[in-house]
Amino acid sequence: MRIALFTTCLVDAVFPQAAQATVLLLERLGHEVDVPAGQACCGQMHVNSGYQKQALPIVRNHVRTFAPVLDGEWDAVVGPSGSCVGATRHQQAMVARRTGDAQLAVLADAVAARTYELSELLVDVLGLSDVGAWFPHAVTYHPTCHSLRMLRVGDRPTRLLRAVADLELRDLPEADSCCGFGGTFALKNSETSGAMVADKVQNIASTGAPYVTAGDWSCLMNISGALDRQGTGVRALHLAEILASTHDDPWHPVTGRPDVAGARVRGGAR
Amino acid sequence: MSTYLGMPSVHPMPAHTPDEPLRWGPSFPAAAHDTLRDPQLRANLRKATHTIRDKRLAVTAELPDWEDLRDAGAGIKAGAMAALPELLEQLEASVQARGGHVHWARDAAEANRIVTGIVQETGAREVVKVKSMVTQEIGLNEHLAAAGIEATETDLAELIVQLAGDMPSHILVPAIHRNRDQIREIFDARMGDAPDGLTSDPPALAAAARAHLRARFLRAQVAVSGANFAIAQTGTVGVVESEGNGRMCLTLPCTLVTVMGIEKVLPRFEDLEVFLQLLPRSSTGERMNPYTSTWTGVTPGDGPQEFHLVLLDNGRTRALADEIGRTALHCIRCSACLNVCPVYERTGGHAYGSVYPGPIGAILTPQLLGIGVTGGLDPHDPAASLPFASSLCGACYDACPVKIDIPTALVHLRDRAQHPLGRRPRPSGWAVGLGLVALSMRSGRAFRWAGRTVPVLSRVLPRRVRRLPFPGSLWTASRDLPPLPRQTFRDWWSAR
Repeated sequence: MRIALFTTCLVDAVFPQAAQATVLLLERLGHEVDVPAGQACCGQMHVNSGYQKQALPIVRNHVRTFAPVLDGEWDAVVGPSGSCVGATRHQQAMVARRTGDAQLAVLADAVAARTYELSELLVDVLGLSDVGAWFPHAVTYHPTCHSLRMLRVGDRPTRLLRAVADLELRDLPEADSCCGFGGTFALKNSETSGAMVADKVQNIASTGAPYVTAGDWSCLMNISGALDRQGTGVRALHLAEILASTHDDPWHPVTGRPDVAGARVRGGAR
Repeated sequence: MSTYLGMPSVHPMPAHTPDEPLRWGPSFPAAAHDTLRDPQLRANLRKATHTIRDKRLAVTAELPDWEDLRDAGAGIKAGAMAALPELLEQLEASVQARGGHVHWARDAAEANRIVTGIVQETGAREVVKVKSMVTQEIGLNEHLAAAGIEATETDLAELIVQLAGDMPSHILVPAIHRNRDQIREIFDARMGDAPDGLTSDPPALAAAARAHLRARFLRAQVAVSGANFAIAQTGTVGVVESEGNGRMCLTLPCTLVTVMGIEKVLPRFEDLEVFLQLLPRSSTGERMNPYTSTWTGVTPGDGPQEFHLVLLDNGRTRALADEIGRTALHCIRCSACLNVCPVYERTGGHAYGSVYPGPIGAILTPQLLGIGVTGGLDPHDPAASLPFASSLCGACYDACPVKIDIPTALVHLRDRAQHPLGRRPRPSGWAVGLGLVALSMRSGRAFRWAGRTVPVLSRVLPRRVRRLPFPGSLWTASRDLPPLPRQTFRDWWSAR
């Protein structure tokens, strides 16, 4: 398949390892990945902060960038973020309609219908649960609210995780409770958000797993920031980073992606 | 040996009785700053909300048609709101045909005047009350007190709140912020006929309240209630409750005054089939509530011989005019959204500064006050912070028995809060900051350059950033900054 990567702004600028891992994973599975250069952001931050008018040009740019999926340029669009994919499905058309651009609304819905969160793409579109990954650690999984309740990804991510060789998946107590991120909520209601993430961190630490994963770096940014602050030693990483890791090209703790370059060096030395 | 510390005094929560029950206290973040620091409150709330959450899940999961019921409830409510003027006139005619009186109240002041007038007409100096959100909303008790009429709340939790001088902090369990020891202190200090040596054993507390209330039930000439529903077709009004106090109020006194928000009207009697399943399972987590009382006008020789129905608007038609916001009017006050809300669970209800707390309060209160409407709520009013008091996690939407899409309504009202009609958009650091960010997100080219500031920062900042100046301090108050990458994804991709 030819798949367009909807990187998302946060991953592009701050957590490139999630997008790199997505690319390497999909290529390993035999697919061609394209990264449309015109993309920037889905508009979610502006919409959720009460600035829909400001979000309109952002939404327009996103929809135009990925509209070629409707003409067969790509077979699907994939985003490594539950909330950003959720925004394409549940917000973009609303923003367009509210500002009177009915045509954009129709287009936005059509593009969103071809846009998948990573676990949806792997399980529903590619029909996989075992992607041949190897990650020899205990991991706990935080479902993230938008993946859980907006996209309803259900057990897709945990099916993928359970199929990872040598991975021990530990149940997270109160898994479906919000971590307290909520975009600008984390700043506007900083103290309430802090109280929420403190409980999330406590639940993660109670599993004893050295790793916590999720399908969304925005929530993980909040969780890992609090994990680090409290000195738990628990490391957060994206689902894609685990799924991209294999025996031959294992996940690298510094780059956060399979150590392809390192493997090549090792191969050359042999 | 123990040391006698003296009679513990009761401190009302909040400290002063607010003038406006719908709008009191500081903004949500400022109020939460205080309530988050109360470990007792946090512990009470956590225990109570988790218990009721689990009960609700158990009794909703057992119904194979639960999702169909939710759809039916949502459909009936949407239909009722679409035909509200006709249904209200039909209700008025039905109630009058059965010997009841109907009054229309534009706002709280008008409703209070009407109810006070009715009570004064009977010559009574005291009334017994059935738990009702709408009479809390209009501050009826305080208004009656000013006219020399003593109102007694007869729901146990409502009685606790009244005796303590508190504001309710939960729709269903208004005294959720008080634990049994505090309740014992409140009864001891404020309930004149509390027995000596009262313990904090729940049955003992309930028995004390029961004895206290029984005398009032028997002598009251007038009762005031709210309504869970009113049927336009038949004129039947109903109250759903657990303690039987409502049944006493609705049957013993000679005069009954019911105040109801106009959104409580339902078209047909058979609609009750849906709501009498949805409400108890969603609110108390029971298959059926112990007492369901319905009455239709006046029945000679049986129950109150004078019945007044006060139909209250108080901002509801204004909310009805908002295509997205109007779904808040579908609410049946079950409080399931409060019990599942991670924000409510931590801050408690008083942080919302309104009789309607929690997720539903965050969309209902600002609308009743006219958020974003010309001449409505001032954008700098503390109540304008309510739509932002949510992480948009969506647990409320999943729990709502009538499928109110609270997250979507919150997002919509945030926009209304930032862009009130007839006023200049609210100027703020947020508007400027997000405006600048928006400029960088209009094209891939612009964002490539904007994104490159992150790798630059990664070279300037230490690897571990634990403290930033304002506004970064809002983040670093409880979290580290993530380690920043040396290269954006885009540049990695191009260089590949």
